Amino acid sequence: MRRLEIIVSRLAWFVPTIVGLLIIIFTISHIIPTDPVRVLAGDNATQEQLDALRKEYGYDKPLPIQFINYLKDVATGNLGISIFTKRPISETMWHRLPATLELTFAAVFLSVLFGIPLGVLSALKRNSLFDHVLRVITVSGLAVASFWLAMELQFLFSMNLAVAPLNGRISGFGPDPITGFFVIDSLLIWDMESLRSALSHMILPAITLALPAAATIVRFTRAGVLEVINSNFVLYERAMGIPWPLIVWKYVLRNALISTVTQIGLIFGVFLSGAVVVETVFDWPGIGAYAVNSILQSDYKAIMGFTIWTGAIFLIVNLITDIAHTLIDPRSSQ
Amino acid sequence: MKTGWRQALSKFVRDRAALIGSVIILGLILCAIFAPYLAPFPDDVYEFHTSNRLRAPDGVHYFGTDRMGSDVLSRILFGARITIMIAVIAISITVAIGVPIGLIAGYYGKWPSDALMRVSDIFLAIPQVVLAIAIAQTLGPSIENVILALSATYWPFWARLVYAETRSVKNEIFIESAIALGAPPWRVMLLHVLPNIASAIIVRTSIGMGNTILTAAILGFLGLGAPPPAPEWGRMIAESREFLPEAWWYATAPGLAIFLVVMGFNLLGDGLRDILDPRIRRAASREE
Repeated sequence: MRRLEIIVSRLAWFVPTIVGLLIIIFTISHIIPTDPVRVLAGDNATQEQLDALRKEYGYDKPLPIQFINYLKDVATGNLGISIFTKRPISETMWHRLPATLELTFAAVFLSVLFGIPLGVLSALKRNSLFDHVLRVITVSGLAVASFWLAMELQFLFSMNLAVAPLNGRISGFGPDPITGFFVIDSLLIWDMESLRSALSHMILPAITLALPAAATIVRFTRAGVLEVINSNFVLYERAMGIPWPLIVWKYVLRNALISTVTQIGLIFGVFLSGAVVVETVFDWPGIGAYAVNSILQSDYKAIMGFTIWTGAIFLIVNLITDIAHTLIDPRSSQ
Repeated sequence: MKTGWRQALSKFVRDRAALIGSVIILGLILCAIFAPYLAPFPDDVYEFHTSNRLRAPDGVHYFGTDRMGSDVLSRILFGARITIMIAVIAISITVAIGVPIGLIAGYYGKWPSDALMRVSDIFLAIPQVVLAIAIAQTLGPSIENVILALSATYWPFWARLVYAETRSVKNEIFIESAIALGAPPWRVMLLHVLPNIASAIIVRTSIGMGNTILTAAILGFLGLGAPPPAPEWGRMIAESREFLPEAWWYATAPGLAIFLVVMGFNLLGDGLRDILDPRIRRAASREE
């Protein structure tokens, strides 16, 4: 039962990792050169007002106690109130999360849809013109700054050709939220106008996010397929006279994709960090754009809240990929 | 050993990717060193000519002018200095922290290795960009803080890489015999383990430089980098946003500069990987 063991040990490690993450975040938020109470109170506050505020927010207690209180707050889902919007940070996060997830899933879909077949093809046609051209494209895809690519896509497709909307998530207010995912919601109420608008708004940001991820997937799939093709069991199957397409489809792909699947967890991290800048450029109302706004307004609590959320999402996704990996790869259960 | 290096050198020259990459990087270094002589308007980094603002590229301003009327090409050439400085210092610090930790954890195993794995797990739980943003924002916008944020968030990758490499070398017979001959641990690590994992570190350094430049550009784009009027590439792109689509050259030039430089480091890294160590990719995925 090695498979179960892996899953259990991963789950057991989840909580200490989150606590460790919180220690780092707490440390960061307490080395701020500026006094958060002073920021909160404004420039004209008297010493009494400052002391009162410090007491109210618990800043007068020793650091370990503050940390315990912080842990309690986070455990109950209370990330504090944003200094600027005066609304609970958790509430804003929940409200904005569907937008980020919808965009991320679209990018995952695009990068897998193009990445895997292109990777397989370039491995099968190794050293052909196609392989070389694809290599140039993938190396470029990994070298381009996402915020710049976003701006250039806007410049070309929105400003000059006018074939895609410049920014935002939908024209008008969008369908009434059921799931918060505009594409699913507009399908549920069969509103084709909203669906078309949601998809057209999504295409440019999704491409921007998907490009580096697709490049990574192409490279890993290519390397995986090459490794399997050169292995002894494929040689044996060829010697047995099994048709080549059948070998590729039945034996090569399955073995090669294992390494690709483990990459998806890591790629998700690429998406989360990409979302920060891509959402900003495209005015996409997700948690990434919220984080950047908080940065511009020095809203520390909101930035810390975003960091916790991202860390948690990333950990959960990697947990799922690890579990999926033990399920797909029979070797890991021996 | 000598013929090995000579062989590697001739392979290097034949490998087009590595060659193109090193030419690009050499160009970057030359631009940074000779920026005051290469730039057509070297004073434009800090001087403004508002009457001349947002000029399209022509025979005088090859890449046009920006919102302050400064020559974009001159600013990009001086920006190369900031880019190199951030990347070189940040990567040096990262290597200086990550390599010893990875070596020690990999060599001793047991609790040092557990401690390293658990701590780096925590750091790797957040995408590097996000943590770097949080740190840079807390400390305030400056080049020093960008370097600090980048190195504080990047060392775990290095520790993990060196750890994995050390583990795979440690059980080789030549290491065992060195230990059996009574060599002290530091001697085994520095003279026997380190030279054998050096190629993996060199390859990662090149790709890491590219990564660091991209992350630094993101920080600059978000306004967390060097404060204006420093000609930081990421910040230049951020400033150009409001002038699209009219001033297309303003965003295009610094973006191409970032692209070219990162491409150079990635190509060099790819090429070096093929030449020095074909098994690195597999070693890296064996980390778990």
